[in-house]
Amino acid sequence: MTKVPCAIVGSGNIGTDLMEKLARSEILELRAVVGIDPESEGLRRARERGFEATHEGVDWLLARADEFELVFEATSAWVHRQNAPRYEEAGLRAIDLTPAKLGPLVVPPVNLAAHLDAPNVNLITCGGQATVPIVHAVARVADVPYAEIVSTVASRSAGPGTRQNIDEFTKTTSSALVEVGGAAFGKAIMILNPAEPPILMRNTVFCALGDGYDRDAVASSILEVVDEVAAYVPGYRLKAEPVFEEDTFRTPGGTVSARVVALLEVEGAGDYFPPYAGNLDIMTASAVRVGEAMASAVVAA
Amino acid sequence: MSEPRFRLTDSTLRDGSHAIAHRFTEDEVRRVVAALDAAGVPVIEVSHGDGLGGSSFNYGFSATDEMDLLRVAVETATQAKIAILMLPGIGIREDLRRAREIGASVARIATHCTEADISAQHIRLAKELGMEAVGFLMMAHMISPAELLEQAKLMESYGADCVYVVDSAGAMTIDDARRRVATLKAGLSCEVGIHAHNNLSLAVANSLGALEEGVDQVDGCTTGLGAGAGNCPTEILVAACERSGIPTGVDPLAVMDAAEEVVRPIKPIQGVIDRDGLLLGYAGVYGSFLLHSKRAAERYGVDAKDILLELGRRKVVGGQEDMIIDVAVELQRRAAEAQAAG
Repeated sequence: MTKVPCAIVGSGNIGTDLMEKLARSEILELRAVVGIDPESEGLRRARERGFEATHEGVDWLLARADEFELVFEATSAWVHRQNAPRYEEAGLRAIDLTPAKLGPLVVPPVNLAAHLDAPNVNLITCGGQATVPIVHAVARVADVPYAEIVSTVASRSAGPGTRQNIDEFTKTTSSALVEVGGAAFGKAIMILNPAEPPILMRNTVFCALGDGYDRDAVASSILEVVDEVAAYVPGYRLKAEPVFEEDTFRTPGGTVSARVVALLEVEGAGDYFPPYAGNLDIMTASAVRVGEAMASAVVAA
Repeated sequence: MSEPRFRLTDSTLRDGSHAIAHRFTEDEVRRVVAALDAAGVPVIEVSHGDGLGGSSFNYGFSATDEMDLLRVAVETATQAKIAILMLPGIGIREDLRRAREIGASVARIATHCTEADISAQHIRLAKELGMEAVGFLMMAHMISPAELLEQAKLMESYGADCVYVVDSAGAMTIDDARRRVATLKAGLSCEVGIHAHNNLSLAVANSLGALEEGVDQVDGCTTGLGAGAGNCPTEILVAACERSGIPTGVDPLAVMDAAEEVVRPIKPIQGVIDRDGLLLGYAGVYGSFLLHSKRAAERYGVDAKDILLELGRRKVVGGQEDMIIDVAVELQRRAAEAQAAG
């Protein structure tokens, strides 16, 4: 089978980790890593690994747009907003790892099939990729008036982009819990933990349960989706069986008498980032999963 | 009355919210603000215990919307400024804008002591909105005075008018508090504050120690109502300052009356330094974990003491209340395994 040619724009940490993962893909062929800094460690590493690497930015890429099908945007939301219309004009489809939110929000086990032909898809946030599948798993078998997630990452794994835009993380993730996960209301909380040695990424998902939920159906739906995510993020796992707690909870979506709590841990694959940075690993692993599905759809068509 | 030596902020209606599981009513807020305002307390903080946007599964839902409580506080105060607290990652800038529209004029932006750079957006917005901006470095016992100063400088560079040494776990000794305040006073141009908790029964002593180092702002909670083992009790702080010849600008007898007649009838779920409260200070665990841990201990049939010690071992930080369930479930499982094996 002919591999589908793609490029990474952005030669920072995310772009470099993504490069390591794409190098293993049997569906996608990484043809270029595009940066803007000639001194970039990521570009140097790309050349070492035998990939074409340029510091001439997207102009370089657009000049040979017909050699590529897919672009992975690993820059920043601001840069992606400048680049996106140019990609589209050049016939390049974009998988956006920034929080720019231009295209539909995509979480592989939930709605990937619906957006395989979209010109631009957005991967939300690391917390969104880790938690929206769980909310969806609950919402497909029960009424979820409100969902809330707490994402805790090692301080060392949160770069300056995340730190200076922490509101974007919470807002984008909250809206994904509703728009993609299927909860009526959503709230996301992000915590940075500086402990040494660094902690693995932790996510706690709370779903309010409307009356008449079926405990076994909720639990097995969660276990099922965890397996689906773990198929492309091997370090994604539940720390314990889903926990059901009964009490009176006055949530923004109404008062409920039960909630289910899923305690998740994400260990990274250790491609470029150390294993504690599950938050970064889940973004790049999801990007590969999305890219491969889009590429397979192209090949099939 | 002589010019006050420092500025007092009373946080009964914010930190005290932890002690009553975030169930303040509008009527309670009106009475507390009226009494403290009349006693001359210059700043009164009102928010969910975990700051704006804190109402949640993880921290407990507010019984009354904090914006409604804030509105009552602003309408009631005649001289006191009304402050809010917010933690980036929990609250967002829209919350701050709404609080400003209602009339809050002091924005206290809190981060874990090593993560000051996540407060840049929020401190800048507070200044843009014409508010006084206060940086709040929580769990400040966990790093050295020199490291704390580096973080405080970041907050100052974003525009903070004051940076606080916050002893969220009530783990500081008098020397710990003094050294941190002294280092910040020497290294910053902006003001410095101290926020003390009482787990080791040192909250008033630490505040007095901080005053000897020239601290500019001090926090208290009337009757000590607050997270964990409670805060520096406002009325005791005022009395102790007056006895030490430190003018506070607050009427000691009026604030004692406020404590006895207005705040004490609001029955906290905790209020004494019991074993669990002391353990927080001893193990250096974030104060607001206390009630959640007691509740989880009951739910999962495990000991709150074991939950708190394990949280201390895991080095959790403020905001990670979800780890309490994680620890409780694990302790329950281990106990079941031990029983099966035994």
